[in-house]
Amino acid sequence: MLNLYTLKLNFMSKTGFLHSSIGKKFVMGLTGLFLISFLVVHVGINACIFIPDNGETFNAAAHFMATNPVIRVMEIGLFAGLLLHIYQALILTLENKKARPIAYAKVNGAANSKWYSRSMGVLGSLLLLFLVVHLSHFWVDTKVAVFSGKADEHNTYVEMQEVFSHIWVVAIYLFGVGSLLFHLLHGFQSAFQTLGLNHKKYTPLIKKIGIWYSVIVCLLFALMPIVMFMRGMNN
Amino acid sequence: MSHGNMNLTLKVWKQKNKNEKGRFETIEAKGISPDMSFLEMFDVVNEKLINEGKEPIAFDHDCREGICGMCSMYINGQPHGPKQGVTTCQLHMRSFKDGDTIVVEPWRSAAFPVIKDLAVDRSSFDRIMAAGGFVSVNTGNVKDANNILIPKDDADTAFAAAACIGCGACVAACKNSSAMLFVSAKVSQFALLPQGQIEKQDRVLNMVRQMDEEGFGNCTNTGACEAECPKGISLENIARMNREYMGASFTQNK
Repeated sequence: MLNLYTLKLNFMSKTGFLHSSIGKKFVMGLTGLFLISFLVVHVGINACIFIPDNGETFNAAAHFMATNPVIRVMEIGLFAGLLLHIYQALILTLENKKARPIAYAKVNGAANSKWYSRSMGVLGSLLLLFLVVHLSHFWVDTKVAVFSGKADEHNTYVEMQEVFSHIWVVAIYLFGVGSLLFHLLHGFQSAFQTLGLNHKKYTPLIKKIGIWYSVIVCLLFALMPIVMFMRGMNN
Repeated sequence: MSHGNMNLTLKVWKQKNKNEKGRFETIEAKGISPDMSFLEMFDVVNEKLINEGKEPIAFDHDCREGICGMCSMYINGQPHGPKQGVTTCQLHMRSFKDGDTIVVEPWRSAAFPVIKDLAVDRSSFDRIMAAGGFVSVNTGNVKDANNILIPKDDADTAFAAAACIGCGACVAACKNSSAMLFVSAKVSQFALLPQGQIEKQDRVLNMVRQMDEEGFGNCTNTGACEAECPKGISLENIARMNREYMGASFTQNK
């Protein structure tokens, strides 16, 4: 009989699913898709800055996200997913390095694959560095405000204007979003393939949606620091 | 016929055995006909080396018509050289220009230790096959060919997967030296047919376990394997194996 014990054995044991190469890639794919779904929410709320009301709508949305208990719980899940994605990537990268102890002297990678599909580790590391900068800009201040009971006074829109008043900060953000674009261009369709979702009818559609998703999300993100910088110049 | 013959510089990997450190050796290949295959060019070079009392370059080959999967060689940064859909024995010297320098390396993977020079030990593939790449049949009289009906599409897809010759170019091309394309082709060729259903769970579980034990890397879906495969094995097989593996892990009962 299949019961919880055998299921646990099938998945958790040393020879179980989660310790296999395919299982580890499943974890990468699932956490990746989870983070992709988060980006939709993130970009949607931030796009409120494009409404010309001096950040009123955006601040209301940001306040809701910072204080709503359901969102607070989901935030823990988000960080857990992110950490799992990073941890699994590290394990996989170390294994992959071990699988080819002596490197080729000459590799013509462009002949058989896209450069960004071969650079997911580098792009991910750049994203992680960017994330540290990004969280220190916005997330930390918001947390401090929420936990000191000053969430109502915290004006994220004004904070954005201050952060993006420096051209070099805008440059860092554009570089971060660029890394995100290429990470997503491969990651989106790759996640579906890993999860076994490859079908003659649907895969071309998934690939198209992946490209549109990556370009639209990253374009919107890239416009935010640029728009805030230009608004700052006009004031 | 000496007209149009080429002179080439080869940078060839020389390695005594799997424990010794290897190095590149520069060898001149003179008077090479553009109509020779890449292996015949090596035959000419080796003959000259033997006549000079030097040691010839060791390389794998057998049928020399693209069906045995023995020839390997990572040529100018690509397994089986610059042409797609061919093995090294089907690669001709007309794909190169007079005066070219050609870098020739063995398949590089922890799971494919070098035997000597360009010849690598691919018995890890054999062990993966032994772990589950078969259908158990009872002996007895030959069954009628149409006893078991198989949809044409399934038969075709299974046949396309079975076209894999196990050369290892997928592993050589992969930046992680992953064997997913090979293993998935072998899983698929049985999983698609009724005869393969009985052992399908054990097969995929055992073959993937053996693949991991042999020290192959993980799949990043770059698609380099599919692009370099001389038999055009599709990435769809990898997705199918992932589905089979997931399903078997959920429902296996031991």
